[in-house]
Amino acid sequence: MIINHPLLGPRDSAEFVYLGTADLMNRPDPDTATPEDWHDYAYLRDNPAGTHRELWFHDGGDRSILIVTRDTITHEISAVELALKTRAEA
Amino acid sequence: MRYSGLKVIKEALTGHKGWTPAWRDPEPQPRYDIVIIGGGGHGLATAHYLASVYGEHRVAVIEKGWIGGGNVGRNTTIIRSNYLLDGNEPFYEFSLKLWEGLEQDLNYNAMVSQRGVMNLIHSDAQRDAFIRRGNAMILNGADAEYLDLGQVKKEYPFLNFDDARFPIKGGLAQRRGGTVRHDAVAWGYARAADSRGVDIIQNCEVTGFRIKDGKCLGVETSKGFIGAGRVGCAVAGNSSRLMAKAGMRLPIESHVLQAFVTEGLKPVLPGVITFGAGHFYVSQSDKGGLVFGGDIDGYNSYAQRGNLPVVEDVCESGMAIMPMIGRARLLRMWGGIMDMSMDGSPIIDRTHIEGLYFNGGWCYGGFKATPASGYAFAHMLARDEPHHTAAAYRFDRFRTGHMIDEKGMGNQPNLH
Repeated sequence: MIINHPLLGPRDSAEFVYLGTADLMNRPDPDTATPEDWHDYAYLRDNPAGTHRELWFHDGGDRSILIVTRDTITHEISAVELALKTRAEA
Repeated sequence: MRYSGLKVIKEALTGHKGWTPAWRDPEPQPRYDIVIIGGGGHGLATAHYLASVYGEHRVAVIEKGWIGGGNVGRNTTIIRSNYLLDGNEPFYEFSLKLWEGLEQDLNYNAMVSQRGVMNLIHSDAQRDAFIRRGNAMILNGADAEYLDLGQVKKEYPFLNFDDARFPIKGGLAQRRGGTVRHDAVAWGYARAADSRGVDIIQNCEVTGFRIKDGKCLGVETSKGFIGAGRVGCAVAGNSSRLMAKAGMRLPIESHVLQAFVTEGLKPVLPGVITFGAGHFYVSQSDKGGLVFGGDIDGYNSYAQRGNLPVVEDVCESGMAIMPMIGRARLLRMWGGIMDMSMDGSPIIDRTHIEGLYFNGGWCYGGFKATPASGYAFAHMLARDEPHHTAAAYRFDRFRTGHMIDEKGMGNQPNLH
């Protein structure tokens, strides 16, 4: 798979480390979260067949974390963005 | 029909006209006591043990395609019970004991071959860890044998012992491990279950569950509604998709694992070998092909095919321990979907919905578990309590902190 890095252009997915669903960016608020919230956050996954937003860490490159929107049935990548940018806008 | 050597000879002399289909092809009845979703190894084994051990005869297995068309037809056929942790080892040893009696139990030749499994050791630390694992296996009634370098050289003289990075220092052998003809496992269980009255309904896809007041009443299928007292789900590779129809999210990510087979060769590899410094395992099938595999690709996938970086990694691992493998031409490669759980261990449990039970999360170790998984799931469905060897495989272990994490990787499914 080729991941179109927003800063570096097309890169081989083998340069990246896969970190799982982009939902992991929505960490529960430690002041208000219940143990059940933490359980759901840490262990449960939507695991969809189809469009999946996921985190790829550019370990063999600029060490940025990307949010890649990819189809888990065809492996086709439809969007790539910087995770930091997304967080800043949120 | 009972299979025997005498029957084969009789049929050979009479033109093979007396063979009948190994199982019926029934239409679904309106209602069963127990409906099992998934006609793979685990689902069919569950049906067999429900009928033969637990006296349940109004049982159906529902399969969306043809039986044995999923992961039981796509694996590398290895059986072993060389686990470390208490939650796992008694279960896998129970499974290995069931494999040993499987063909007599099913009256079916599954080509169970106890040719031995050997994990190679490449460092002093790894030797300590493997001897500890061997001791844990022995404590749980399994067999394990530490082999020093001389013994490994005697049994496998062709290995790359003096590799500069990963020299081989010894091995941990399990002599009772080996390989099984994977398709025959599905067919054998199907035939045995069918002969005890289990309906195996193929080309029947489950489209939803009928759930009322927190109780599962049956399943909606492409062949209409089928009522059930209890419903068991055993759909490796589709667990999250199926359970989402019951409103559940699972502690599972689905990943693709690739496997490979070379052209047929004369016998060169007596047993199963695993590389201790990378992730690579290889055996030789009875047809002569070298069957091997390595890591999962590492990203969520429902595509039954992988990508080239892992192909390269697996082949490099093979060359590192067994350079002669480079002389064999690759014949086929394929991918299967692994339901990777959050601690690398499976789940056999009831759900929060009454009458709905789940079996899944086998990561890439489901084949060797087939008999015990079926047995334990049958126990769960018949008695509504876990089998004593599978008591740790519960949904709530992630809440209570009782993870069964053989590799100590935490909730990172692609590392298990």
